[in-house]
Amino acid sequence: MSADLAGDASGRGAAFTSPDGGEVLTVVEPLIFASSRAGRRAVRFPAPSARAKAAAASQPAIPADACRAAQPRLPEVSELDMLRHFNRLSHLNFAIDLGFYPLGSCTMKYNPKVNEWAARLPGLAESHPLDPAVLAQGSLELEWLLGELLKEISGFAAVSLQPAAGAHGELTGLLMARAYHRSRGEGEQRTRVLVPDSAHGTNPATATMVGYTAVTIPSNERGGIDLAALRAALGPDTAALMITNPSTLGIFEDQIDQVIAAVKEAGAIAYMDGANLNAILGRFRPGEVGFDVMHFNLHKTFSTPHGGGGPGAGPVGVSERLVPFLPGPQPILVSGDPVEVRESAWAGRGTPGATFALEPGGARAESIGQVRAFTGNFGMFVRAYAYIRSNGGDGLRQVSNDAVLAANYLRVRLADAYDLPFDRICKHEVVFSGRRQKRANGISTLDIAKAILDHGVHPPTIYFPLIVEEALMIEPTETETLETLDHFVEIMHRVATLAATDPDALRRAPETTPVGRLDEATAARRPDLRFVAEPVVAEAG
Amino acid sequence: MAYSPHTPADRERMLAAVGVTSVDDLFADIPAGVRASSFSVPPPLSEQEVRAELSRLAGRNRIAEVSFLGAGAYRHLVPSVVGEVIGRSEFSTAYTPYQPEVSQGTLQSIYEFQSLICELTGMEVATASHYDGATATAEAALMACRLTRRHRVAVSTAVNPQVRRVLATYCSGPGIEVVEVPADLAVGGSGLTPVEAAERVLDDGFACLVAQQPNFFGGIEPMGELADASHAVGAQFVAVVEPTSLALLAAPGTYGADIVAAEGQPLGIPLSFGGPYVGLMAARMESVRQMPGRLVGATRDAQGRRGYVLTLQAREQHIRREKAASNICTNQALCALAATAYLTSVGPAGLAEVADLSITQARHLATALETAGLAERRFSGPYFAEVALRVPDAVRRHAALAAGGTVAGLPLESEYPELHDTLLLAATELTTDADIAALVAALEGTR
Amino acid sequence: MMPDDLRYSREHEWVRVEGPIATIGITGFAADELGDIVYVELPEVGSQLKQFAGFGVVESVKAVSDLYAPISGTVTEVNDALRSGPELLNTDPFGAGWIARVELADPTEPEGLLDAAAYAELTAG
Repeated sequence: MSADLAGDASGRGAAFTSPDGGEVLTVVEPLIFASSRAGRRAVRFPAPSARAKAAAASQPAIPADACRAAQPRLPEVSELDMLRHFNRLSHLNFAIDLGFYPLGSCTMKYNPKVNEWAARLPGLAESHPLDPAVLAQGSLELEWLLGELLKEISGFAAVSLQPAAGAHGELTGLLMARAYHRSRGEGEQRTRVLVPDSAHGTNPATATMVGYTAVTIPSNERGGIDLAALRAALGPDTAALMITNPSTLGIFEDQIDQVIAAVKEAGAIAYMDGANLNAILGRFRPGEVGFDVMHFNLHKTFSTPHGGGGPGAGPVGVSERLVPFLPGPQPILVSGDPVEVRESAWAGRGTPGATFALEPGGARAESIGQVRAFTGNFGMFVRAYAYIRSNGGDGLRQVSNDAVLAANYLRVRLADAYDLPFDRICKHEVVFSGRRQKRANGISTLDIAKAILDHGVHPPTIYFPLIVEEALMIEPTETETLETLDHFVEIMHRVATLAATDPDALRRAPETTPVGRLDEATAARRPDLRFVAEPVVAEAG
Repeated sequence: MAYSPHTPADRERMLAAVGVTSVDDLFADIPAGVRASSFSVPPPLSEQEVRAELSRLAGRNRIAEVSFLGAGAYRHLVPSVVGEVIGRSEFSTAYTPYQPEVSQGTLQSIYEFQSLICELTGMEVATASHYDGATATAEAALMACRLTRRHRVAVSTAVNPQVRRVLATYCSGPGIEVVEVPADLAVGGSGLTPVEAAERVLDDGFACLVAQQPNFFGGIEPMGELADASHAVGAQFVAVVEPTSLALLAAPGTYGADIVAAEGQPLGIPLSFGGPYVGLMAARMESVRQMPGRLVGATRDAQGRRGYVLTLQAREQHIRREKAASNICTNQALCALAATAYLTSVGPAGLAEVADLSITQARHLATALETAGLAERRFSGPYFAEVALRVPDAVRRHAALAAGGTVAGLPLESEYPELHDTLLLAATELTTDADIAALVAALEGTR
Repeated sequence: MMPDDLRYSREHEWVRVEGPIATIGITGFAADELGDIVYVELPEVGSQLKQFAGFGVVESVKAVSDLYAPISGTVTEVNDALRSGPELLNTDPFGAGWIARVELADPTEPEGLLDAAAYAELTAG
């Protein structure tokens, strides 16, 4: 059985064919299935004792027709081969721990390793989510303390840690908005969610998931939301406005007070997408200017690692009027005065006498329920808590100061080489346009990004936000040295020069990465989404 | 302790280049009326102080010396080699692979993950993962609604209550009605979902029936018959499964499941008080365009090298926006990598050993307690590695044991009021004979 | 390059009328804008199209576009070749890349659409 797992998966010397025909391809790193041989073992487990087997024999047997006919065809490999495989795969990745990763909207800051140390402490890593409270005081206290810190950072009345990601937080926020409107007898009439044209795609997608119609509001020529258009769109059928601040253009909404006033007057919920919180720590607290709900991205602002695409965490902060609708169960302080408990914890005296628990089930009749099992991505809470305590208030303020300064530094240093659609002070990220290069030689922002790859740094975000032609969004974060920023400026200038003098070089890029540009059209037309013993070419549709 | 490397000289240079005298000038566009009025976050801590604080919190937990707690999260061995793999910062500090040329490590490992999940479940396509099993189940139900264009979902009460609550929350969004199919929870009953009960509920207004295997009580459900009952009314059958059980139990693809959802935590992911975990979803290729979440596909580059890319992205939020199947942006990549490393390090033989040891110890546990006159099985049917046991005065005795560091499973009454004096106990490959003897002794002590 | 014997809608669909049957597709301009097309959601044979209403979807790697019927009528045939070869919309949008044949509900509708010259003007701007 395993022989045929290996033969087709090795690629080397075997006919590993491309999805659209019989061409033999070379393989950078074979699939794990290539090392599979019948009988190879890595991790072993003990056998049940004779006594256990005897005791088990008197219990009802599992019926044969509920069982598999044959073992699953998983690879049989040695531990060494398997480790080598994953190590070699890891070498094919670019990562923050290797180089500059200025992806706008993602906040690719350094992921501190003391956070990893903390998350692996057995007392935290082995805590079962359903353990009786008496055994889980540490987990519950950590969740409570993190909630308190996020409240203070954002100015909100309460926080739920439950959502597993930013988009999940958005879902939670809109479900709460709907529950709020229903509680006031306005659930049927409020059907629309307003979203700026610069919004991240998750915003309108979330609106649809919650049964709302997403309505787009244009941005003005200064990069903020068009207030007149917003006012015209607001009405008794508006459930919520979802707005990112600073915007996805990296620009602070300087009319934010008027925006919120207009939303409130229409009786709608004001939702802030908190993806760009890295710009405003200590400077702006959404909860105290009238926002009703905001999601945090712990994997952006609060340094938890991106993991190649998760796990993250997307807690939400809410205003007083949305508290009844928060998902549950919430961690609560059962005994102890909250002010004293906080002060004692912040002063390093621990929290003697304080006891914590989860809200009893059904404690809040108007809760929207649960958006995931258990209380949230606890492993990320540990990391974020360690990060916030490491930085402290002054450190977090410094984070935003340095993030914003670095982005503006790149703005002025690159403004000669690339078009700047909004030529004004930015916050933690800056958006350029590749339209000059496009008009000159047909070089797209994609070509520019691929050329950057050959210089050993990760390109900025491309083609987002959608309202900027050939968008190039740069977010340096606060954890990069001036030398790194200057080196990036050199790279960007070199690529701009090449775009003018040797555009074909950019069209061939990247040439020094493990693979070159990949045929995404064929991947979508003839999807090959899994390994089987003979390569399967399926047509989706 | 801050991680910003800038010296005062660095900052001066940047300020000069930008043409402002102070960094505050860069925040001048924040109107005075909306500036933060306070920011009382405690002062910074050095690394050793951070360690002391986190150790303090870890120390306030007591990890039970003897635990039979499952109910959706299981204490399994996380092989050492799994920690090595996910500890590599090339994996953990990489971003979503939007530039595939420098992300082949992440992309290929996800392709391998998708392949392994298809093999375990007997399905044709698996996604790159979801937040957890509960949200994967909810997304599967919504997917069934899109595929059938129907607006009602049936779910057995023998499905994990947390999963059912998340399903209800997700369905409340687009106004999908959720209807329960009552399982036979009577004393001495089967503890399973009667097919007649499903047939009574299902009609051609239902998009799907959701059932779990093994079910919340560890019971072995008649999944093939439940699938038939769903298909008889043109509904999809959504099977919620436990991945280690698939070493022994029939793959859902072989008994008529249309969509499969699962919690992947048992595959090498620590308990970690409930997260991060990883949701699995699998289906048939004909439904792939309605599947939410990321998919990685194989392709080639211009030089004839095989490579991997995110594909079929037109389903997703960054392209479809308000028309997307789901708003999901992330997968749980590092947890999926842990599951991949786990499955490749235990292999089919190891996974079978895990399942075998788990079910043997669950039976051993039940016999030991029955023999000692301490408990009786609530339900009559066969079970996998979890069993519901009637224990007189269960809640008081469970609490007494917990205070002493022994967790006798989960008292079920708060979730199922009719399951008075009933505990749900799970065994895994980590359950020793000594653990079982200790539980028997502890329960004896609370008669 | 716009074939002369076709009519065009503002949403970049073309119509070729042959007696009671119209053949419809998307223009080369639209296909170029979309990039490499990877999937077409075809209407069902027998379904009713209403002029300017959505009737399907075309996907490229990075974008999705709704298809809007340029005329009303009953679908009599769809181009199954597009299921396995969506790239025909890029390589031969006016010929082998046709999408559907429709029995016209109102034979005067095509006259209200743009002619080749008007469409060329629309796409030049």
